[in-house]
Amino acid sequence: MGQTMTQKILARAAHQETVTPGEIVEVDLDLVMTNDITAPISIAEFKKTGLESVFDPKKVVMVPDHFVPAKDIKSAEQAKIMREFAKEQGTLYFEIGRAGIEHVVLPENGLTLPGQVIIGADSHTCTYGAFNAFSTGMGSTDIAAGMALGTTWVRVPPSIKFVYNGTLPEGIGGKDLILYTIGQIGVDGALNCAMEFTGPVIDALPMDQRITMANMAIEAGATSGIFGFDDKTKEWLAAVTDNAYEPVFSDPDAEYQQVIEFDVSHLKPLVALPHLPSNVHAADEVGNMPIHQVVIGSCTNGRLSDLREVAKILEGRQVHPDIRCIVIPGSQEVGKQATREGLADIFMNAGAIFSTSTCGPCLGGYMGVLAKGERCVSTTNRNFRGRMGHREAEIILAGPQVAAASAVLGRVGSPLELTERVAAD
Amino acid sequence: MQVRGRVWKFGDDVDTDVIIPARYLMTSDPDELAAHVMEDIDPDFTSKVQEGDIIVAGKNFGCGSSREHAPIAIKAAGVKAVVAESFARIFYRNAINIGLALVEAPEASQETETGDILEIDTDEGGVLNLRTGESYDSRPFPAYVQQIIDAGGLMQAVSQRVQSKSAAQ
Ligand code: SF4
Repeated sequence: MGQTMTQKILARAAHQETVTPGEIVEVDLDLVMTNDITAPISIAEFKKTGLESVFDPKKVVMVPDHFVPAKDIKSAEQAKIMREFAKEQGTLYFEIGRAGIEHVVLPENGLTLPGQVIIGADSHTCTYGAFNAFSTGMGSTDIAAGMALGTTWVRVPPSIKFVYNGTLPEGIGGKDLILYTIGQIGVDGALNCAMEFTGPVIDALPMDQRITMANMAIEAGATSGIFGFDDKTKEWLAAVTDNAYEPVFSDPDAEYQQVIEFDVSHLKPLVALPHLPSNVHAADEVGNMPIHQVVIGSCTNGRLSDLREVAKILEGRQVHPDIRCIVIPGSQEVGKQATREGLADIFMNAGAIFSTSTCGPCLGGYMGVLAKGERCVSTTNRNFRGRMGHREAEIILAGPQVAAASAVLGRVGSPLELTERVAAD
Repeated sequence: MQVRGRVWKFGDDVDTDVIIPARYLMTSDPDELAAHVMEDIDPDFTSKVQEGDIIVAGKNFGCGSSREHAPIAIKAAGVKAVVAESFARIFYRNAINIGLALVEAPEASQETETGDILEIDTDEGGVLNLRTGESYDSRPFPAYVQQIIDAGGLMQAVSQRVQSKSAAQ
């Protein structure tokens, strides 16, 4: 029986010929990550082992991104614990002004490579599956154990193969594909599985959009999401690193728990209405749903290509007078490039704010927290109750184009409505 | 461990954002976190919950973020066990690692209501509902996970390993 790419990575890291879904294996770790929220607990737990140093400081990475630049004294204290530990241990560390959101920064620095096993104390660590790695989120104590031992235990997930057939319509992207998928299978549709994304549509999909899809595998309950390795992966990585890596490929006779095929030729721009990412509808079919805020950014859609899409829509237009539009680059690099290309000017001229890189409003931290009864269209990944502020606020998830169009329209809407409006004027 | 407690029942897909909203994550102090546990799904929960209570929920309990603050908050609020049809993977690991008892028992969860009293044998996995008199089995933990539970949590298990390694050297 053949092996899936997920099995192959885990077998290699467990020093075994093969592994079987359901089997618990102990695997070597290539990268162990924490952030300003999760690191303080990891560090306290790590210290309980009595060990003086982490297993390999060059494989431990700490990124302050959730509440930084520190939003208050408490968050400053948390970030300080991490900063000091990183310095004392000599781990990889990305300070604000040279960093950004972890899942944007790590790939940019060539730290997430094909065939690797990566764990992070952040549920969206599954993002690196876009690079043909096995990567998964864990809690702080698991990360502490990883920092101590350089290994972790994993229950080998069964794989579900998703095959995307047809041709993607113009203006439909990775966010629509993953929202569509979660809408079809539900928030526990891939519980404890590896989602393997394949098919002609995926082969043609740019890396940034694969990253968006892998990022949201957790929103279907998956352990991990993974893509094959191809020229697109190779080119993307060549621009950021010279380090060697070993990609993996699924065998043709690999065993899947399920194979799910979608024809996505007629997909429309989608949104997920409150309060679950699976509550998916076409953006132009939700009726007149007024909004108060639009957030564009996050580890899901805060990359340069996302900001370019947004700029295309906002150029020469104005954010609706009743809307606060907040654009947050995923990293300092993205912010710099967006400024160089004139995107920052376009956002600000349109009446949006363009901030430094941070998670900020994505988790209701700061920089755009919602009041009771407010509604926000956001390019982030979770619309759970209370996620962006008051428990009676509403979050509507969307891709960058829908978010930008909604900012102009003042209600949930699709970019097609803007072009139609111009045609009608 | 034997747990006997009063039940608070929740539905499917209870996520970590409602268990402990991110606006309180500027601290990892268990008592501070416990003061806001379940606030966004039941604003009165913290005033109702008492030492020894049990949370019962549907599928996919603890989905969402990796924040260990979620099981920490539940445990610090005095909740002795969480019974659910299924648990999200990261929450499951986190709870085991910090020593919050989990019981995966679909039937028990479906047939239990708020206010019921449950008796749980967390070692054997048996669940008894004192209102209905029904008893249920739960899914056993894999041997590897049971070892972590037996050691008293993940870091205890890791420390044992680290010590035996340095003793061997
Ligand atoms: S941007 Fe949002 S989802 Fe991504 S790491 Fe930050 S808080 Fe988490």
